[in-house]
Amino acid sequence: MKLIECPVIGARPLSEFVYGGEVRRPPLDADGNSSAWTDHVFNRSGAPGVLREWWYHRPSGRWFVLERDTLRNAVQRVVPIGEVVHAVPTL
Amino acid sequence: MPWRLLKAGLSKQPAPPRFFPQTESLKPRYDVVIIGGGGHGLACAYYLAKEHGITNVAVLERGYLGGGNTGRNTTIIRSNYLTPEGVKFYDASLKLFEDLSQDFDLNIFYSTRGHYTLAHTDSAMRTMRWRAEVNKHYGIDSALVDREAIARDVPYMDLDCAGNDAVMGALYHAPGAVARHDAVAWGYGRGAYQRGVEIHQQTEVTGVRVEGGRVRGVSTNRGDIECGAVVSMVAGFTPRVTDMVGLRTPLEIYPLQACVTEPVKPFMDTIIVSGSLHVYVSQSSRGELVMGASVDPAVLHSTRSTFDFVEGLADRLLDLFPFTSRLRVMRQWAGMSDLTPDFAPIMGSTPVEGFYLDAGWGTWGFKATPISGKTMASTVANGQDHDLILPFNLSRFHDYRLVGEKAAASVGH
Repeated sequence: MKLIECPVIGARPLSEFVYGGEVRRPPLDADGNSSAWTDHVFNRSGAPGVLREWWYHRPSGRWFVLERDTLRNAVQRVVPIGEVVHAVPTL
Repeated sequence: MPWRLLKAGLSKQPAPPRFFPQTESLKPRYDVVIIGGGGHGLACAYYLAKEHGITNVAVLERGYLGGGNTGRNTTIIRSNYLTPEGVKFYDASLKLFEDLSQDFDLNIFYSTRGHYTLAHTDSAMRTMRWRAEVNKHYGIDSALVDREAIARDVPYMDLDCAGNDAVMGALYHAPGAVARHDAVAWGYGRGAYQRGVEIHQQTEVTGVRVEGGRVRGVSTNRGDIECGAVVSMVAGFTPRVTDMVGLRTPLEIYPLQACVTEPVKPFMDTIIVSGSLHVYVSQSSRGELVMGASVDPAVLHSTRSTFDFVEGLADRLLDLFPFTSRLRVMRQWAGMSDLTPDFAPIMGSTPVEGFYLDAGWGTWGFKATPISGKTMASTVANGQDHDLILPFNLSRFHDYRLVGEKAAASVGH
């Protein structure tokens, strides 16, 4: 069973989580056809490494941002909420 | 066969040559370097040599031949896709598959079974009708069939699914087939080798040299080589290779798991797929049930398989085939799927001159082995994308020209 380290109650089965994907920042650019936008919409960091991702733990009903090593499936850091808030862009 | 074995044992002659004699060392320069010695890479090498006379080719494989997703899929071959681009492409592949055993002089155990994609809901029925009509338009033998037709052909299946989401109908695709996946890779590999292509196993590409926007060579764990073109055919390892040339792609790697049961007497002569139940199953020529489901829920670069996968798959399989409850699972495994957002592959030329991409094979790559080899070989030889793969170019994401194939390519939705 693959496990994910839940910040609230420790290691839980992967099936308890919803994967929210890589944390990304939309470009501050009004032109939807610019390559900055197509890059944002489609392209991803596909290679293995430490990825900053959104995770939702269903039983505890909370979203987290975790830094996870996608080669070893090891959560390395829970990103504090303050840091997440500052990462959300304001258009 | 035992007679041949006995003769070889008593004979003083040396043993017959191995399938792939060891090639000595890397040459300093090749016209084409193919990264990845799976079905796609070996097929590309085969068609480069056979149809385009390009034989100064090296296939570099970090592990062993066909040891990646070529040997990890559930071997289903079909062309009942949803988009005209996909239907034409996969149909050309199926037609090549039918003749492969003769071409290779090697039995790939190609077995036409018929393929049912079950619909348990009204919306699934609509999708199946849509696929059937697109298929018929391109001359492919697919049809929407009702419960009675399925019951006649697959009498051992519980169409009521034990009371949950009963089967309403299905998309029936008569040419649906299975084949021995290892033999496909070996046949292409041997054919390529006999025509002068070099195949180097245990050779990992560690870098791709790009100068002035053009590919010049690759670095490997066995030294550097120069080359005119590089073709990346590495499925789940693609992002590592595209990072070497500085290309951004939409690929994300998700594990896909599969398993087989112990062999039993043949009873299932069709391939059964259920999108709603997330299960596909066929019986191999050895009698095992070969089964798979949807990809794992999160990105992971790992081929570890898990118990909860087998548990979930067994639970859903029993809805369809209650009598399989006593079958034991013999083996399970996982592969790394390179998924694209539109569930179509990424093929052909890239912004880096001389660097060709054959990727985005997610959960649908095995059936495309012959045609991707053939079209990529043509693309590399002529320096121009083959007509069949034009819609699959990497540039489609920049141009918002996606090829939405999700309804026909996956079971996890």
